[in-house]
Amino acid sequence: MEYKDYYTILGVSRQATQEEIKRSYRKLARKYHPDVCKEADAESKFHELGEAYEVLQDPEKRAAYDKFGSNWKNGQDFEPPPDWNGGFEFNGAGYTGQSQQGGYSDFFENLFGRSKYNSRTGQSTFQMKGEDQHAKIVINLRDACKGSKQTLTLTKPSIDDHGQVTTKPQTLHVTIPRGIIQGQKIRLEGQGMPGMGGAPAGDLFLEIAFAEDPLFHAEKRDVFLTLPVTPWEAALGATVTVPTLDGNIQLTIPAGSQGGRKLRLKGKGLCTASSKGDMYVILRIVLPVPETAEQKELYKKMASLMPVNPRAEMGV
Amino acid sequence: MTEKVTYITGTVLDEDTRYGLKELCTLCNIPAEDVQEMINEGLIDSRSVSPLQWRFTYTEIRRVQTAVRLQRDLRVNLPGCALVLDLLDELEELRQLHRR
Repeated sequence: MEYKDYYTILGVSRQATQEEIKRSYRKLARKYHPDVCKEADAESKFHELGEAYEVLQDPEKRAAYDKFGSNWKNGQDFEPPPDWNGGFEFNGAGYTGQSQQGGYSDFFENLFGRSKYNSRTGQSTFQMKGEDQHAKIVINLRDACKGSKQTLTLTKPSIDDHGQVTTKPQTLHVTIPRGIIQGQKIRLEGQGMPGMGGAPAGDLFLEIAFAEDPLFHAEKRDVFLTLPVTPWEAALGATVTVPTLDGNIQLTIPAGSQGGRKLRLKGKGLCTASSKGDMYVILRIVLPVPETAEQKELYKKMASLMPVNPRAEMGV
Repeated sequence: MTEKVTYITGTVLDEDTRYGLKELCTLCNIPAEDVQEMINEGLIDSRSVSPLQWRFTYTEIRRVQTAVRLQRDLRVNLPGCALVLDLLDELEELRQLHRR
């Protein structure tokens, strides 16, 4: 199993006081809370923090953990020495009762056992619906537009033949319908934590996040694209090929368009059967840099033929 | 031999979603009193006075679920949750604006 450096995870020194550990945990928990943090791995970071805190906030667990010494690196292959926990008593007891979705790491469970919540499973007549699980899935905009099939891996506890709870990665294949938007959730019934004593499993809520796209960005159902055009296309009007999430289309740029003009393509955003989104094309005029004398002459000719004061509104 | 892959389909919580009080409680694992408190706090909108006619959209489900987790994980109280949720919405709007 992999060694977990709980001090590094909590960002404290091995000499830190219990107060410092608590403070650092609270600060990092706020920072990496999956509902607040935008980072893709926030969920697992938050989870790791909870586990590290579970050990270090308890003086007894911390003392036992400290006995391994400080030469171990996070992620290093690790076997605890025999009798490492002699003189300590904490197996299955003294948990903060914090909810740990997906259970603890192998490292934790091998050393400190499972929380009462988990270890009771399978032995008691106590019935309780499994906890709901929340996960984020990052998909690209084109898939969101057309609908897609996605595969994701979650760590999830399951109950083996002996009634023991083991955490293992579980692969899930999910159909994401077309027109899904950022922040929306898909509820997968019965795909959450297993229930206890024959009670039903919890649900899995899959939250949709969009991967950064080089061309498009979405706001709710509307999709935005910045389109570079030449001055003559903007001035004289033109029909140009424009990419959309759903393939290329021909777009007519009206004559006399200025940079920043927004053109709406109705129904070309993220659409479902009942909700429609539009696509907005924002024009950006790309000015050719005059290099030859002849090209410079052309700009001068424009200046004399079409005098304009673009700063008139500024009163200058 | 290739294994046959089965893709599961869930329920999308979207603009068409309209859940009553009972469904909201089941989805978010909270008692009805908590929902009432969240309405009183202005954390969610029930769209009606009579609890029997309360209807909740995916926005409310998302807000309630987030509030439940903030309370549990960070010990934020209800007015604090409402504030965090509003600020998160505002932050998201600003991020969108920045991306344009």
